[in-house]
Amino acid sequence: MITIEDIQKLSELSRIKIAPEEQESLRSEIESILGYVDQIKKATQVSVVVDLSKKTIAGELRNVLRDDGESHVPSEFTEKILSSAPVRDGNYLKVKKIM
Amino acid sequence: MIDVSKLTIESAHDHLMKGDFTAVELTQTYLDIIAQKDSEINAYREVFADALEQAQKADERIKLNKIEKTNNLTLLTGIPFAMKDNILIEGRIAGASSKILENYKASYDATVTRKLKDAGAVFIGRTNMDEFAMGGSTENSAYGVTRNPVDPTRVSGGSSGGSVAAVAMDGALVALGTDTGGSVRQPSSFCGVVGLKPTYGAVSRYGLIAMGSSLDQAGPIAKTVVDTEIIFNAIKGKDRYDSTSMDSPLEKNVKKEKLTIGVPRHFMQKGIDADVLANFEETLKKLEEAGHTIVDVSLPNIDYSLAVYYILMPAEVSSNMARFDGMKYGAHADGKNLLEDYLLTRGQFFGKEVRRRIILGTYVLSTGYYDAYYGKARMTQDLLRQDFAEAFKTVDAIVTPTSPTPAFKVGEKTSDPLSMYLADIFTVTANLVGVPAISVPCGFVPRGEKELPLGFQIMASHFREDIVFQLGKAVEGVR
Repeated sequence: MITIEDIQKLSELSRIKIAPEEQESLRSEIESILGYVDQIKKATQVSVVVDLSKKTIAGELRNVLRDDGESHVPSEFTEKILSSAPVRDGNYLKVKKIM
Repeated sequence: MIDVSKLTIESAHDHLMKGDFTAVELTQTYLDIIAQKDSEINAYREVFADALEQAQKADERIKLNKIEKTNNLTLLTGIPFAMKDNILIEGRIAGASSKILENYKASYDATVTRKLKDAGAVFIGRTNMDEFAMGGSTENSAYGVTRNPVDPTRVSGGSSGGSVAAVAMDGALVALGTDTGGSVRQPSSFCGVVGLKPTYGAVSRYGLIAMGSSLDQAGPIAKTVVDTEIIFNAIKGKDRYDSTSMDSPLEKNVKKEKLTIGVPRHFMQKGIDADVLANFEETLKKLEEAGHTIVDVSLPNIDYSLAVYYILMPAEVSSNMARFDGMKYGAHADGKNLLEDYLLTRGQFFGKEVRRRIILGTYVLSTGYYDAYYGKARMTQDLLRQDFAEAFKTVDAIVTPTSPTPAFKVGEKTSDPLSMYLADIFTVTANLVGVPAISVPCGFVPRGEKELPLGFQIMASHFREDIVFQLGKAVEGVR
């Protein structure tokens, strides 16, 4: 069961304002999608899951990191990137005060 | 005027080499067709004003090669490409068909873009798509649906509907799209062209606007399997800017003349159009007559693949979309304070489906539900991977229809998101498992006065694109 309060809480967490008139349709859509994906709860009842932990080989999946060091000349891309900012102040992004 | 309807990369290349026509003339032909057809189809978000200049440069390269034998030509030199609106090309708008990126100009080239530029390709324009690639019909674009060139009352499919329709209507020779759960293959099936999703990691994702990062791959769209193969070979390979990219770890693949083809018939019992199924069986029969072996294959957990996908994908969407905050780049809505800036920017400039998936992703990742949804979905994904690994011990390829139905009508599924999701049933698995998959045209079904194209999907083991291409060509041969 998804309630309107859940939708309001989720919209707050995800920083998306959702108009009151859209909240109910979103609630019922999310509920029907969750109703569908709920079936995976059955999948994991299969006993093979227990075997899965044994099969996982350490190191099979690993992060690939570049070597430490300068990846590019400092400030090489600054202007290119900052030129996309909606509001800037020199080489800073300008936002409203937080405190 | 050049007849482009039967043109392929290789035949266009031959003509360019022989001087039958120039890259400028070829590009102009496509521009003329776009001018004539695209007001109805809406494949392009933007036709690049400098397309002819790019073609001119390709012509110079070809000319120089004739005189000085510089040998810097490729099969793609002078070939007109359509590029999906989520693939960055430096200095050009990459909007992902979203209002939040309406005027965003890419600050760098995607690796696939870089590789195509180096090869001498001509970018004709950027194509319409479901916003941020979230959808299966392009109806989620902030700029209107892309109609199916075969029957404009129907959708082109999605999310790479614009790229696919551009190729299908002869508005570009070939195109690039992206595929997170079927976004190259399903529209290719709907519009009667070939679309490839490469092995995860085979092609760099650097410079693609991310949706589900563990699932996304860029892929070629063309009229023939050979053309997708040429493009794949041009864009693949390890890239220092994408740590998940790699060169194929396999030794030289040995080509088998006759393949063993696995069919997961237990997965095709319900929800599939009778004509689609009949056409699929007929294609199998022809492949068998051509000497290939057809066997039933069991994939015990495949029934769960769509559910797994619609948990993992929104989870990744909710984190990837967090970068759109109205502060670093893209659209900005002004509120009373910082929090309101976020709420208004994201509430106003994200479309409905994007909002829906972010909310869903936030839910499945939230405390208390994480284990029940995301955790279990990840476990089930591992089971699926095991199923496929097991199956590929005995078969060379696994095949299904690409989509359970032919192209549906514009508006038919927009009111019910779940029914739209169900159309991805056959395509999402390849993304979850990471294997390569192609959709190849395999015939038509009559609907009203139109003959609608269908697609045949071929999956093979990781980095076995060679098998996918081989069988794809076999399907072209028997169709």
